[in-house]
Amino acid sequence: MAGRREGDDGEPGGVLAGLGWALARDLRLAVRTRSELAVQLLFYAIVVTLFPLATTPERTLLMTMGPGVLWVAALLASLLSLPRMFALDQADGTLEQMALSPWPLPAIVSGKILAHWLTTGLPVVLLAPLAALQYGLDGEAIAVLVAGLALGTPILSLLGAIGAALTLGVRGAGGLLALLVLPLYVPVLIFGAGAVDAVRAGLGADANLSLLGAGLIVAALGAPFAAASAVRIALD
Amino acid sequence: MAINWYRYASPATFYPVAGRLAPAFGALAAIFAAAGLWIGFALAPTDATQGEAYRIIFVHVPTAWMAMFVYLVMAFWSALALAFNARLSAMMAQALAPTGALMAALALWTGAFWGRPTWGTYWAWDARMTSTLILLFLYLGVIALRGAIDDPRRADRACAVLALVGAVNVPIIYFSVQWWNTLHQGATVSLTAAPKMASLMLAGMLVMSFAAWFWCIAAALWRVRAIILERERGSAWVAALPETNLRAA
Repeated sequence: MAGRREGDDGEPGGVLAGLGWALARDLRLAVRTRSELAVQLLFYAIVVTLFPLATTPERTLLMTMGPGVLWVAALLASLLSLPRMFALDQADGTLEQMALSPWPLPAIVSGKILAHWLTTGLPVVLLAPLAALQYGLDGEAIAVLVAGLALGTPILSLLGAIGAALTLGVRGAGGLLALLVLPLYVPVLIFGAGAVDAVRAGLGADANLSLLGAGLIVAALGAPFAAASAVRIALD
Repeated sequence: MAINWYRYASPATFYPVAGRLAPAFGALAAIFAAAGLWIGFALAPTDATQGEAYRIIFVHVPTAWMAMFVYLVMAFWSALALAFNARLSAMMAQALAPTGALMAALALWTGAFWGRPTWGTYWAWDARMTSTLILLFLYLGVIALRGAIDDPRRADRACAVLALVGAVNVPIIYFSVQWWNTLHQGATVSLTAAPKMASLMLAGMLVMSFAAWFWCIAAALWRVRAIILERERGSAWVAALPETNLRAA
């Protein structure tokens, strides 16, 4: 591995080197399997389209439930792409080599999480304004929705990484992953969708967005370590 | 007197200890439950506003408390299991999960039966009900993860990580649900403003809480004995136990 010389255990350089290497590698892999990314986005667009068909095209009702629907769809899209994070690397043995590398595993896991967010979370953030227009949300609400998604979807990737690592190579991993991860997503959903509701009610979304930001910091500091230990458990 | 905790961390030593403790706690649970139900249904006065329907709190409140508390205990044993790689701690965590899930389910069930006559609905999206439901999902997630992994040692550690992540999240979930609830519901359904409780009602509830507490301990100990037997079935001390040698006897 290229970084073996520069990144010994405990050196601060090892953290960034490991993170950067994993990020670049996963991004390159994602670009080479573009169609899978397109499928995630289409999934998001279709779920968002289903709700008005299942309920009503009435504008006031759509405006009321729009933020919630857009957030639930973001949760599901994130969930759908989670197994990709570790499963392929485990299948071909790459994950084991990562665990053996001199770079700290949490750093490598952080790089993979960041790559996951850039390839699945960020596109949803960028697509959301379009979907929000379909639900008749106005400019300010859309801005808050996008801000909330930008703060919240990284938390989904961070928490999801723990679930993805715990269910590595487990029977019925897909359904189990949903059961493990979705309850943990509840606060993100509440604060994210609540931010749009608050701004539509004229209350201002500062509190909700601050809480999402705080959640992001806590998750970014804690989740990579939990996910890394879960990866080690799965590799034993 | 210093107790040698490491001695009891061995399944072989703990198995007979649990066998003696479990019936004792079971008997305590039965005594307290009998006393608590007697206080609750015979002595406590009828509630002025809710009539007789309120009496379900003697089951509802203790189970709701235990649902939360057992999760903390499970997380505690999980942390020990991860920190010291202790098998028995992981087995205790495994034994507690179904008990906690049962407590959460009972709390929701009795809450629904209480809600129908007093609020006029089985289910309201009240903050406490919603977070108890999510707590139940967290328990079921731990149980499902355990069931999906064949290697018990891997299952131990995976479930321990999940329980700890869940324990960090439980207060956040509770806070977020409360936040959501105040934004959407206002004070349509509130128990916090309930009138002061008669002392007999409080006494009945406390006695019933002890009963629930002892029952949880007894159930967990009984279950951990079964888990020990199942996991250690290849070992010599299990083969020498009288209860595993029924055919020879």
